[in-house]
Amino acid sequence: MVVPKIAVSVFRESVRDKVLYNLVFFAVLLMAASYLIGQLTAGQEVKIMKDLGLAATAVFGLFIAVFIGIGLVSKEVERRSIYALLSKPVRREELVLGKYAGLVLTLVINVSVMAIALYAVLAYYDYTVTGLARERWEAPALDPNLLKAVAMILIELMLVTAIALFFSTFSTPMLSAVLTFGLYIIGHFNADLKNFEQVVESAPAAWLARALYYVLPNLAPFDIKADIVHGRAVSLGYMAWTAGYAALYIGTLLILSMLIFSRRDFK
Amino acid sequence: MSAAILTEDLSKDYAVGFWRKRPYRALDRLSLEVRTGEIFGFLGPNGAGKTTTLKLLMQLVFPTSGRAEILGRPVGDIAARRRIGYLAENPYFYDYLTAEELLSYFASLFGFTAADRKARVARLLDQVGIAGERRLQLRKFSKGMLQRVGIAQALINDPEVVFLDEPMSGLDPLGRREVRALMLRLRDEGRTVFFSSHILADAEALCSRVAILAGGRLTATGALGDMLAFEVRGWELVVSDLTPGALEKLGSRVRRATAIADKRYTLEIAPDMAPERVLAEVIAAGGRLVSLSPIRETLEDLFVRQVAVSGDRRW
Repeated sequence: MVVPKIAVSVFRESVRDKVLYNLVFFAVLLMAASYLIGQLTAGQEVKIMKDLGLAATAVFGLFIAVFIGIGLVSKEVERRSIYALLSKPVRREELVLGKYAGLVLTLVINVSVMAIALYAVLAYYDYTVTGLARERWEAPALDPNLLKAVAMILIELMLVTAIALFFSTFSTPMLSAVLTFGLYIIGHFNADLKNFEQVVESAPAAWLARALYYVLPNLAPFDIKADIVHGRAVSLGYMAWTAGYAALYIGTLLILSMLIFSRRDFK
Repeated sequence: MSAAILTEDLSKDYAVGFWRKRPYRALDRLSLEVRTGEIFGFLGPNGAGKTTTLKLLMQLVFPTSGRAEILGRPVGDIAARRRIGYLAENPYFYDYLTAEELLSYFASLFGFTAADRKARVARLLDQVGIAGERRLQLRKFSKGMLQRVGIAQALINDPEVVFLDEPMSGLDPLGRREVRALMLRLRDEGRTVFFSSHILADAEALCSRVAILAGGRLTATGALGDMLAFEVRGWELVVSDLTPGALEKLGSRVRRATAIADKRYTLEIAPDMAPERVLAEVIAAGGRLVSLSPIRETLEDLFVRQVAVSGDRRW
């Protein structure tokens, strides 16, 4: 089985990329800064830290997913390093799967690093704060439910990576990046498409919007940051359904990527 | 002897143009047979279709029509890929892996054990002369060093058939000599070497058989000895201390005289003219002989002739 070998190689290459370190460094820096920013907002410190920490994880995770995700396939085609790889006993489908698995591995490690950094900042604050201030908290500083938000961010990033990989199987790195960011933004406002008929009168436009709603990725459900920060419950059932949606979408994208990739000419 | 590589009417069209795509024939009905254990030179000017052919054999591109086989299996067959090696033109690998890691990674794709991988990688790095740089990341490698890595990765699985696309490209004279020696050694080990080149001296020094491609078409194929006309087509005489007056006296016996330096000339003599007589006259006029050699058709002449016949206007 060559897929795990390709995945490990992808991971090894990406962890040496300076871009990755820069992104993780800035994410951790932002989390540390959130400690200072939190001080400015009396009584809201923990909320601000969690908000900023989770947002940093999501945003920098997105950059990692898009830039490294796209780089790994389309850069490989553009720079022709794929020639040597495909002359080995490797099926093109295995290559796509291996690349994806390696990227997911990279993401898991990076998101973990960012989550640990977030908990470290919160633990420090928790250690310094007096008992009185704690009473105003909606959720404890070291809330284990934060992991739920982190898990949903990770699953969303896995979906974004699959989108990036899909585009990079047939277009240039630049175009893939633009398209992936585009879909990411659309994905967060997708719910608006569903209710488009309330805004426009034209039936075909409403129908088209409805069709797009079902085809385009719906990323808003992955964003449970606000609920977690405010201490509202997020059920495991909801998480399982959302993860199932992601799995279905990722599976479809990977199959399409493999189909395109296995028929492609590398000129 | 069985064919190591076989192509039958292999053609490839690429779509060119931005709005209105039209087919551009990069390779036109190539039928070729490369025998087991030979070094086969695949020659042609730039853009002749050499790289396209190699890509078709590696299934990096799919043929428009025709078929190809390697070791009796259709191209793309995973089992056949275990038995071949391929060096792409101007190879490029992963920036952040070291030479050692890259080769070990490729070896792992063949399922070799860790101990076996280590031994193979060490041996190959040594063989291509980059053992000292094995822990260096590939982004720090020069073109020639990358070419050496490329050759090493093509041999990682002890392939029976080795495909080399412009293997001498980017190498210094010493590197070229090493690669030539390596190719001869591969042949002596019973492996088949299929290499493309536009450098004819390489082909002349190495190949038992060649194919010449021009404008996507095969224009000639066969043993070098059969393809080149070996009869003497004239004589080349290099002389010194010959005065212009003495040169003039030689008259029509000299087909062409080219001045190299002061009183030093290259004289070309027709094949039916005895070179001894011209030489005697040169010496009588106070000239001195530097060298005398017969003119035979070279691979370059054949190449130029074949490419001209094919009407390839692309070079």
